[in-house]
Amino acid sequence: MSQAVSHDHEHHDHGHIDQNKLKQFGFWLFMMTDVILFASLFATFIVLRDNTSAGPIGADLIEINGIIVSTFILLTSSFTSGLALLEMNKGNKKGLIFWLVVTVALGLGFLGLEISEFIHLVHEGAAIHTSAYWSAFFTLVGTHGLHVTVGIVWIIGICLQLAKRGITPDTRRRVNITSLYWHFLDVVWIFVFTIVYLMEVM
Amino acid sequence: MASQHHEEHAHGSLKQYVLGFVLSIILTIIPLVVVLNDMFNTTTTMVVLLASAVAQLLVQLFFFMHIRDEKGPKYNMVALVFAGLMLLTIVIGSIFVMANNVLIQ
Repeated sequence: MSQAVSHDHEHHDHGHIDQNKLKQFGFWLFMMTDVILFASLFATFIVLRDNTSAGPIGADLIEINGIIVSTFILLTSSFTSGLALLEMNKGNKKGLIFWLVVTVALGLGFLGLEISEFIHLVHEGAAIHTSAYWSAFFTLVGTHGLHVTVGIVWIIGICLQLAKRGITPDTRRRVNITSLYWHFLDVVWIFVFTIVYLMEVM
Repeated sequence: MASQHHEEHAHGSLKQYVLGFVLSIILTIIPLVVVLNDMFNTTTTMVVLLASAVAQLLVQLFFFMHIRDEKGPKYNMVALVFAGLMLLTIVIGSIFVMANNVLIQ
């Protein structure tokens, strides 16, 4: 990175340096470290999945229908955040904000389902302290849910900014970054869905 | 502004997004059908599940995140490959070590 900075001037002369691109790359690096965080949580869950301390296991309590619905909700929201990007590239501020709001609404739906699932699990006697299995389960699924929550707050902030300032190079970069982040959350969820839920009920 | 111009190129078309969305839906339905109908034995089911998940990861990377569109040196690809390597090391390494700890137990 220091190399990139020291050549800043040189590149500028050729019109190649692009601070926006650099900032997007910085965000990309954050997401890649986030991959490593999730890798640790997945590894923990896989290793501990048999340690149920004679308590309930996932297959007893998981209601797969709700999980299927939330999977499709998140998948659709990943698609709508892409549509928002297309509207932005057309320069259509209203369309951009519309699809971002749809994305946020779907994200809230996903979060609502996840919270009601957690409440259901705790009522059935599977809390984070019940066994190693449930500790790993709530940590992994909860960390993903936390990421979704941050994403929702973030996209709402950007909607407000867009309404106020319109599509500028700055807001454009922010929309690009949140859209990447949102796709990333969907990718993580695919693996949560596969490894935590489908492999549990099979 | 030059940067805006080339960003416009960098973000795919409606066709790409729709195709990616349809592929993702198919790749979500395949494992669901396999699991809910108990179609195969455990090993085959695991392979189908993981293959669908990885395929969907690739669909999202190429159709939604436009991983290939980066101009110039592909630093994002380098970071991605590194993260993938770390991920496989952590997950497979943990499974391997914990599956071979009979002596301690």
